[in-house]
Amino acid sequence: MNATLLAGALASSILSGTSLLYAALGEVIGQRAGIINLGVEGIMLIGAAVGVAATVLTGNAYLGVVAAALAGTGGNLIFAYVVIGCRANQLAAGLSLMFLGFGVSAVVGRPFVGAVIAGLPRLAVPGLGGGAAAGLGARLLAFDILAYLAVPTAILVWWVLFRSGWGLGLRAVGENPLAAYAAGRRPQRLQYQALGLAGLFSGIAGAHMSVALTRTWAEGMTGGRGFIAIALVIFSRWSPLWAIAGALLFGGAEGLQLQLQAAGADVSPFLMNMIPYLLTLLVLVPGGWNRQSAAPAALGRTFVGVE
Amino acid sequence: MQRDIAAIRRFAVMRAAMALRAALVTATGLVVFAALLTAAGKDPLRAYLGTLTYVFGNAYGFSELLVRMIPLMLTAIAVALPARIGLINVGGEGQLYMGAWLATAGELALSDLPAIVLLPILTVLGFIGGGLWALIPGILRAFRLVNETISTLLLNYVAPLIVSFFIFGPWRSPESASYPQSPAFVDAARLPTFFHTRVNAGFVYALACLVLYWLVLTRTRWGLEMRAIGGNPEAARRLGIPVLRYMVAVMFVAGGVAGLAGMAEVSAIQGRLVSELSPGYGFIGFLVAWLAGNSAAGIVLMSFLFAVISSIGDILQITQGLPFAVINILMAVILFIVLARRPYGRAAR
Repeated sequence: MNATLLAGALASSILSGTSLLYAALGEVIGQRAGIINLGVEGIMLIGAAVGVAATVLTGNAYLGVVAAALAGTGGNLIFAYVVIGCRANQLAAGLSLMFLGFGVSAVVGRPFVGAVIAGLPRLAVPGLGGGAAAGLGARLLAFDILAYLAVPTAILVWWVLFRSGWGLGLRAVGENPLAAYAAGRRPQRLQYQALGLAGLFSGIAGAHMSVALTRTWAEGMTGGRGFIAIALVIFSRWSPLWAIAGALLFGGAEGLQLQLQAAGADVSPFLMNMIPYLLTLLVLVPGGWNRQSAAPAALGRTFVGVE
Repeated sequence: MQRDIAAIRRFAVMRAAMALRAALVTATGLVVFAALLTAAGKDPLRAYLGTLTYVFGNAYGFSELLVRMIPLMLTAIAVALPARIGLINVGGEGQLYMGAWLATAGELALSDLPAIVLLPILTVLGFIGGGLWALIPGILRAFRLVNETISTLLLNYVAPLIVSFFIFGPWRSPESASYPQSPAFVDAARLPTFFHTRVNAGFVYALACLVLYWLVLTRTRWGLEMRAIGGNPEAARRLGIPVLRYMVAVMFVAGGVAGLAGMAEVSAIQGRLVSELSPGYGFIGFLVAWLAGNSAAGIVLMSFLFAVISSIGDILQITQGLPFAVINILMAVILFIVLARRPYGRAAR
């Protein structure tokens, strides 16, 4: 494998990993508050469609991302109302949210099918320029702002969850909502906040795919990455920091596959497209159920409430 | 005798109440959806009326509803059966594709057999294809390695890629250069259709599976043990019920039933293997089973309802230039209404 291919693989791993990381961070926050959201896929689709639509309409990719984040928050709050306010089954509500995302994104994105946008600008790191080889590196290793912010965001999420009072309350709700309530926390309010924040991240994740990566909208373009993000949460044992490693790994699988295809490797694209899903399944096997001990104790249970 | 009549009457009243509730929820969903469409500058009333005249206006339109019910009923059983032992199978979509795939492999290898031999073989192959695909999450779950919800979801994205690999590669029909698909099935490999419609033997399969599902659960020792596992797996294990064996076997059978849907789709409807085999039947099947509370009669009712809903999607796509996926919004709205109405509702099992 030559240097260009390697640099390309690295660049596309980071780019594919970015949206996965944002989606996984959102899901970590939600699950730490005790709520499984299978609808990430739908929210990512809404983010992707709204991101392209808003970018075309305003002419500014950053506004596109902001609009996608807001749309993601709104979509997730519908889910939040159903599972928290109405105490509905989380798995069924999550799948319903996925359907909502399929439908809404298809309708929102319809007028923009085929539209190619300029997308989020790639910002080169100062100091990487100069020299012939470095020129190549600078072109390949210049990322958009969301990619640069992904890892700091993960660290910030870790800090908020594990070092702030709000995060302590949130995790307490995910472990034992009644005890959290007895300690003066408001479980349902915290869960609403967590899911709103999770929607924000999922919306950004979708927008990163369409506004920064493909720079176009196609129906169903997230192709199951929302589910990979959920698997990533299990893989990283509900830790935002481990999610960075997981996202790099999965981004790497995807990046390698894209680079091999671009380099004209003689392997069917269909077989290579299976890699991320099979890899996800595979990495969940070692450790198996032991991992569940890291899960929030009240995950998926409905807090009937005393309020 | 008297008691039987009372029981039947109670059953009928219960079902009627269920149908009435479903109708009320659907009506609310339709109103909300209409408001959304109106806001988007579309004409929902025309679409609804168009659907009504198409679906209930003539026998053929109605028969298309029955055609659409086939994969919904079968994939719903594939969800309902594991749900009885507490397993969540969201992989009906992938299992459907693999059933279609193995049935096609059988057709390509055995196409010179007469229909009376070939069709049963293809049916069994469809069952095995879906079953083996569901066996992967079943085994991973039984050995406590991977949660079956996430593994079935992930495998949904792999199965269509396998199908695509074959129809773009080894099975690609030489006649269709532009649109990749497998060669057309021989006549002996086509499931019979009835009354000059597309309603096919798959409908019989679905009804037979529903009856078997009901019989096994209510009238056999297996059903009793399965309900015991669903109630409390630890207690069932201590009673000596082979819980792990049940998990693996039930996932195999469930996947097999979803595989039948794929087999019927290629053998009766498409007549060949194509890449766009299902517009998400497996996912809709999950919701059908959930709304039906996993009851056999409920599955028939809800499949019918979702068949009507997806007809609305066809009409909207043809007459108002909306993507077919718009129908997902209507489904989501209806589901959210149900979920919001039933606060302590049945779990998704």
